[in-house]
Amino acid sequence: MIFEIIIYILLAIGVFFNVLAGVGLLRFPDVYTRLHAGTKCTTFGSIFICGSVILIGLRAWYSPYMGFTGAEGSELAIHTAIALIAILLTNPTGAHAIARAAHRSGVKPVGAVVDELDGKTEKKSARRKTTTKKKTTTKKKGAKK
Amino acid sequence: MIELANEYLVVLLALLLCMVMAFIRVIKGPTAPDRVVGLDTINTIVIVGMVIFGAALNEVIYIDVAIVYALLSFVTTLFIAKYLEGGDF
Repeated sequence: MIFEIIIYILLAIGVFFNVLAGVGLLRFPDVYTRLHAGTKCTTFGSIFICGSVILIGLRAWYSPYMGFTGAEGSELAIHTAIALIAILLTNPTGAHAIARAAHRSGVKPVGAVVDELDGKTEKKSARRKTTTKKKTTTKKKGAKK
Repeated sequence: MIELANEYLVVLLALLLCMVMAFIRVIKGPTAPDRVVGLDTINTIVIVGMVIFGAALNEVIYIDVAIVYALLSFVTTLFIAKYLEGGDF
């Protein structure tokens, strides 16, 4: 009884945060704030939902529960933990890549007065362009000589 | 008929609601990064939904599908971000 109540509470917290992510994705004014809502909230919610499934698997490992035998329960728990680790590793990394790409492609935050990152993230590509230009100029000079 | 326990049905309907809201953002989004953010959110919710389906239908193989889906969607997101940045790869 207490065990099921714990599982329901974990599921409720996870679903609440996932729905919050959807609402934030609709209501926020900006790419960066939408990233903030859509990525952090889904990561936090999926931690709780996967945690409830892991609890079901551990409980079934102890004794058969909800249609899972012991071996299936251990498989459920371990594989859900691996899926959770995959989400935890990949979701923030993808969000960081999207944010950097948005800033480099010229999307400005709404209402921002000072952009302190302006020009700082584009050093690498600028350096590449200058090096390619130098190479081409040296080639041209060599051709002229 | 699919025999789903009630609590899982409620959870899946709420996740479907969240997915619909993210899809509205994908359709409406003024810029391209907005659409990518919506797709990324949809990917994460699909992974969680697969885990819930695996627990509800007593099928452990769905969770393996969720792991592979997570890694492939990560590669897709990184590649789209690289494309949005512009420049040479």
